[in-house]
Amino acid sequence: MANDTPPRWDRRMQQRLARGEAAALGELYDRFASLVHSLAHRVLDDDQAADQVTREVFGYIWENPDAYDPRQGNLRSWVARLTQRQAVHRLRQTEATAYAETGVGSAEELEAKVRRASVAARADYIVTSMPAPLRKALELAYFQRRDYRQTAADLSISHEEARRRLRLGLQLLSTAHARPLDGPPGGYGRAL
Amino acid sequence: MTLLHEDRDLDLDPLLRSRVLENCLGRRPARIPVPAWATPYDAETARLDALLRDIGESEWHAPVRLKWYEDDRPVRRKSTVAGVIGHLLAVDGLVSGALGLADPLGPDVPELTPTERTEALWEALDRPANRSLRAPWRDQSHALVRTVSFAGRGVSDLTVTYGDFALPLKDALLERAFECWLHADDIANAVAYPYDPPSGPHLHGMIDLAARLLPAAVAHRRRAGLAAPPRHLVAAGAPGRSLHLEVEGAGGGHWYVPLDSPAALGSPDHAVAQVAMDGVEFCQLIAGHISPQEAAAGQDGDREAIRDVLSAAASLSRL
Repeated sequence: MANDTPPRWDRRMQQRLARGEAAALGELYDRFASLVHSLAHRVLDDDQAADQVTREVFGYIWENPDAYDPRQGNLRSWVARLTQRQAVHRLRQTEATAYAETGVGSAEELEAKVRRASVAARADYIVTSMPAPLRKALELAYFQRRDYRQTAADLSISHEEARRRLRLGLQLLSTAHARPLDGPPGGYGRAL
Repeated sequence: MTLLHEDRDLDLDPLLRSRVLENCLGRRPARIPVPAWATPYDAETARLDALLRDIGESEWHAPVRLKWYEDDRPVRRKSTVAGVIGHLLAVDGLVSGALGLADPLGPDVPELTPTERTEALWEALDRPANRSLRAPWRDQSHALVRTVSFAGRGVSDLTVTYGDFALPLKDALLERAFECWLHADDIANAVAYPYDPPSGPHLHGMIDLAARLLPAAVAHRRRAGLAAPPRHLVAAGAPGRSLHLEVEGAGGGHWYVPLDSPAALGSPDHAVAQVAMDGVEFCQLIAGHISPQEAAAGQDGDREAIRDVLSAAASLSRL
């Protein structure tokens, strides 16, 4: 999967959106809808809620193309941040409503749930943004339960290289716990 | 906690795209909208692209059996998923050419039929068609939508020449949307994916185009001795003997196909026969996926007229 779009594509897209070109909106959707929907689904674990977040995120970008600042990173990571923020906001709302209605749960439980969902979404984003060789190695190890020797054989690379890729991949993945999606921290739970 | 999990892109509802876009455009109207006649092409290419994103590398080589009608006989041709994308890329290129965009077959290509263009593209590949065709196909379809959005109103009547026939641009893009859907359906069958028909309004446009092409197709077959001679010639623009085509289901409606001359006006008062069919089934007939004999669910009236129109419908199909 080709992930990061070239900076020129990002700037051009922003200009086209700003001048109100509907065809650009369609292209933006085609490029990022699966990212947006899968991140939202990862946080909310519900198809309809993920559909709704997808509507909100694209609606926000279409109405505010100038809110994207290319100096802060690429368009893709900005879209991912918006998505996570909106999905977490929605999760809080849903959980708060459920708490008010049933009295089951606690503020701590809600926070723990929000934290888990955020980490999961960040991990997803990291995996999809990772260079393909690292991702491939991790997937083989994880889903097909291959050890590093088998991974090396499957990918026709040396044992040393397989170990290196797995190590790097895991290091990247572990940052999901540590920091928000490549951008300035904070802001989760705020509506778009 | 599980940090790694398998892709679940497969669940993205293909109809979500139009809902999301509609919601956006409701919040902030486009200053440069996509013309309504280009939206079926925009939607169908997006749906096919979503399917292509979800299939694995090896599935690009899955065999696809293409079917159409030629000289009243079914024709079969073997290709692959990637080969079909090459076909769509080559034939969509006719529209690119008409708009002055780069032709995927390269500069200075002579005027060729869709089949000839497809052969030319396939032959020019130095390896069997593979997934590398996805990007040029998708870039071209995005470029077409973008270009017609900017081109202004007059562009919809620009002529697109298909070698042996021609269509105005707005019909050509509708025809390309139709082909995109049916070939996406071929691909989906080849890789065992579910694939739905287009939305009702888009399907309606496709059926309407076919219904408008039918009178000329009947006349063409008549000149070749394949259809019965005209019975009552009327003045151009006057109502003439017609076949009532009733298409059921989403996108359906009623059409009156003039039988004796393309210049006559179809008219309910002059209907001599009626055929009732499901919308998707009618499209399968137009695409040559089912035979005229298999097609009609309900027939009533002049049997010769029915045979001529259904055979003409199948004759609209090609690679």
